[in-house]
Amino acid sequence: MNRFSYVRAASAAEAVRELADPAARIIAGGTNLLDLMKYAVEKPTRLVDITHLPLATIEDAPGGGVRIGALVTNAALAYDDRIARDYPLLSSALLAGASPQLRNAATTGGNLLQRTRCYYFYDPATPCNKREPGSGCSAIGGLNRIHAILGASENCIATHPSDMCVALAALEAVIHVEGPDGARAIPMADFHRLPGDSPEIDTTLRQGELITSVELPPPAFGQNHTYLKLRDRLSYAFALVSVAVGLNIEGGTIKKARMALGGVAHKPWRKPEAEQALEGQAPTLENFGRAAELLLQGARGHGHNDFKIELARRAIGRALSQAAEARPQSQTDKRIR
Amino acid sequence: MSPSAADASASVGAIPIRITINGESHALQVEPWTTLLDLLRLHLDLTGTKKGCDHGQCGACTVLVDGKRINSCLTLAVMKDGSEVTTIEGLAQNGDLHPVQAAFVEYDAFQCGYCTPGQICSAVGLINEGHAQSREEIRELMSGNICRCGAYVNIVDAVEHAMAHRRQSPRNPEARS
Repeated sequence: MNRFSYVRAASAAEAVRELADPAARIIAGGTNLLDLMKYAVEKPTRLVDITHLPLATIEDAPGGGVRIGALVTNAALAYDDRIARDYPLLSSALLAGASPQLRNAATTGGNLLQRTRCYYFYDPATPCNKREPGSGCSAIGGLNRIHAILGASENCIATHPSDMCVALAALEAVIHVEGPDGARAIPMADFHRLPGDSPEIDTTLRQGELITSVELPPPAFGQNHTYLKLRDRLSYAFALVSVAVGLNIEGGTIKKARMALGGVAHKPWRKPEAEQALEGQAPTLENFGRAAELLLQGARGHGHNDFKIELARRAIGRALSQAAEARPQSQTDKRIR
Repeated sequence: MSPSAADASASVGAIPIRITINGESHALQVEPWTTLLDLLRLHLDLTGTKKGCDHGQCGACTVLVDGKRINSCLTLAVMKDGSEVTTIEGLAQNGDLHPVQAAFVEYDAFQCGYCTPGQICSAVGLINEGHAQSREEIRELMSGNICRCGAYVNIVDAVEHAMAHRRQSPRNPEARS
């Protein structure tokens, strides 16, 4: 690990001031940042410890939703009674991710800012446009089994690794941030970005902005939800493909549908057309198949990851069936039904 | 004294912290890049906690911080100022093994033993958390600890046994009686 100075921020404003230095990094759980520092992918000259800020509570939000402090750990969030009751999709996605030890340390804000798990990004001996802009993409034409099938560019085919973020996308969360120009709110759909020609930039956060909380709108899906995660081993592995679904079904008709995919793109993948195609329709396999085609429109493999397109198509169908029948995927009994 | 932005001079080089490890309070000077794992092993000679992958992938470095299990390799010591840490060395008391340690012996829940301190600290954390009821849940909630010898079946047996007898453990501060 490189040498750095350390400061404990006493307020969000102080943390924001510290971030004026582009070589400074915020640290909270540290589970991703310290890992990247050990690989010399991240080389901050200053770490700003925000763990003493009062951002670790889950509170009512105006309008009937809930506001989750940026420092709430993944474990505290997943097992919170209210979240488990009103937003079981979020609890489920969190418990599908990482390990109990990591969930005890990792925070809500840090999870949003996770970097990709692309092997080349982690390996400073290889070219990577995300790590070293302009150096090239080793995954294109290289080993790309875990890489993106949607929204990629000729510069980067990395995926966003988070499970939590896939659920937050389907739940239409809003990210609250504080920065040098004050506070603002960013809809989850706009928070992460596609790689385009600047894959080194993961999110739409501006220089100096600090995530303070994540707001969820009022609960909308009852038990008609699921988080289906497919991976190379049953636990403690990143998704090859994951699907978060929330449905609101009344009288045999889908009134509202929200779907997001994980493991397939540089951000949780949503497509409003696919959701609209379900709304007003009956929850049938035929309709689910049509929605899957729309959600996967434009999907493209890069060789090793070609299988993900068909895997995703089937996973979407299965997840929609699970949600429609109120049989959310168990994150303990991994059998997929 | 805690470092703050107003006292920038304190922030480079060694920083004073106070940390309680296995019930003993330590006043230490740590460099900010020292992980909790390296503090334990290199500075305090508590080598029971193992360095496996050093990247949060194997769980060999699992310790309890303020009662919660974490990977000590992905934690900076300076950030644990004021915390209470329990390592494998702190579980036995007055010469008696902790019930989870005793269960690992009884159920032969290891072969080479390298992952065992992490497995045991993780199991103590799991039992304190109280989310596992079934064998399946034990398996899932022990998935952060890899055992390359493949002693998993016996590890689950040991944890299940210790969990069933947790009420008999007077040393578990969270035991519900």
